Amino acid sequence: MTTTAPQLGKKRKKRGGILGNTGLYLAVGVAALLFLLPFYLIVRNALSTDPEITGENWKLLPSFQWGNISELFDDPTVQFGRSLWNSTVVAVLMTVGTLLVCSLAGYGLARIPYKHSNKVFYAVLATLMVPTAVTFVPSFVLVSSLGWVDTYRGLIIPGLFSGFTCFLFRQYFLGFPKELEEAARVDGLGYWGAYWRIVVPNSLNFFAAIATITFISGWNAFLWPLVIGQDPDSWTVQIALSSFMTNQTVNFHLIFMATAVSILPLIFVFLFLQRWLVQGIAQTGIKG
Amino acid sequence: MSTTTTRGVAQPASAKASQARPRRGLRSNATLNFWLFTGPFLIGLVIFVFVPIGWSIWLSFFDARYTVTPSHFIGFDNYKQILTNSNFPESLLTFTVFAAFIVPTTWALSLGLALLVNQLRFMRAFFRSVFFLPTAVSYVAAALIWKMSIFSGVRFGLMNTVLGWFGVDNIAYLANPSPPWYWLVIVSLRLWIQAGFYMILFLAALQNIPAELYEAAAIDGAKRGWQTFRYITLPQLRATSTAVILLLLIAAYQAFDEFFNIIGTKATWAQTPLMELYKTALGTSQDYGAGSAGAVILSLLICIVTLAQGKIMGFGRGEEVK
Repeated sequence: MTTTAPQLGKKRKKRGGILGNTGLYLAVGVAALLFLLPFYLIVRNALSTDPEITGENWKLLPSFQWGNISELFDDPTVQFGRSLWNSTVVAVLMTVGTLLVCSLAGYGLARIPYKHSNKVFYAVLATLMVPTAVTFVPSFVLVSSLGWVDTYRGLIIPGLFSGFTCFLFRQYFLGFPKELEEAARVDGLGYWGAYWRIVVPNSLNFFAAIATITFISGWNAFLWPLVIGQDPDSWTVQIALSSFMTNQTVNFHLIFMATAVSILPLIFVFLFLQRWLVQGIAQTGIKG
Repeated sequence: MSTTTTRGVAQPASAKASQARPRRGLRSNATLNFWLFTGPFLIGLVIFVFVPIGWSIWLSFFDARYTVTPSHFIGFDNYKQILTNSNFPESLLTFTVFAAFIVPTTWALSLGLALLVNQLRFMRAFFRSVFFLPTAVSYVAAALIWKMSIFSGVRFGLMNTVLGWFGVDNIAYLANPSPPWYWLVIVSLRLWIQAGFYMILFLAALQNIPAELYEAAAIDGAKRGWQTFRYITLPQLRATSTAVILLLLIAAYQAFDEFFNIIGTKATWAQTPLMELYKTALGTSQDYGAGSAGAVILSLLICIVTLAQGKIMGFGRGEEVK
């Protein structure tokens, strides 16, 4: 239904009178309400009692049970605090590691003259053809034979070497103004010095964009942590949430409170870093 | 910039030294630096990408049940088994149906939202944020809301409550495969999460269309609305559309999270290829050989679809697709 609306708005493109604008804003407003509805449901249910969620008399506002928060973290049957911590460690280390490893490689491929550099680049490109989700079987085989099941190493390290992120960094550095680095080289800095003192400080926007995308995908990852995390102690937030859906002992209000808590950090990151995120996505065109 | 100047003043000696150094030294210096920069990444890439892929191909020719170091070579039997004796082919069909739903609807919805937001003169950033916000939500969390609050079969589900106002009886959306109400649940969830992301891509592309094109069209007598959309906007978005459709297809192939959490692996219907692989390799049978064979087949399929789609849509014709 929203898809036919744009033509309607389009007809009145550029100051199409009060009527056109009203129609446009009405369409956008309705779509926005639909998009916000699930967020409202999470918050409403998270602050409700169970009868309020499952009862027939559906009220718009909950009874604001703030105690649900402490109940969730005090519940000994779910280690929610533990899985929050795991997710934080995984997402943060993954972001830092990916930025470091992939940006260095991207810079090397883009800027340092080496006669086989094209061949190396094609080898990186080739990995983009095999989707990471499909390789979970062989990756699990490898990681389990390394003895990394249920460990942070197993959760984090295999995800650091993203051919795609490296590719994005290379594209970015190709467009980075060469003059800046050359000035630094003349002044006696090597590649390493020029990279850390000139290139990185002048690329913080791009680094922030990639960091945001990596953090979000690290926090939201499901398949790999599901494969690796067999012991509940190593569960990430997503695995814990998923287990709630099958675990009958957890109550509805706790499930929704857990969902709310799991989304909150990302919303925060999102709203805070949105400028870079939008810019980065528009620049790169693709998800990390 | 300030760093460069201070360094230049402080270290005239080193600048002189580098001038005096012969060119040959500079080149081997570059080679060393190349490996210094790319080495850590390449080592990791070989260990965690190339080795698993190679291992997977190797495993797919062995009888590898409960073991990752098998000794019994069985040729293409794993491929035969996963293509004939399992639900894997059926899951490919499930994927096809899913892709046939999700790719065009997401394309249309995200383009529609982009066109709408692009027209706004007030509160544009606000609405853009609203549509973009679901991108932050995980499929697991969304699955939870969809399954337990919006589409739960019983009375307290939001959808059934609303339908109830119009006198429609409760619908059990997820209880059985016919009628296939579950598609409504799955597709609406993914639309909600994905549309904002692709909207950003379209917004960026829309802002890159030169205004002169519209002016020229107006002089030529093109009517605003459908005509300019059909003959200017849509062709100008071609490169972005190609990229979006490609990304949507690849994302659809990898569908796992919401199917796993909403339908579950115990159901016999709506099992995606990755769910079948998950069950084969990590379920009770622990059949790494057949699982690997399935992974190889799925990878090849994705490559073929990607290349074919690129060929049909003219991949690489647009410069935005970097």
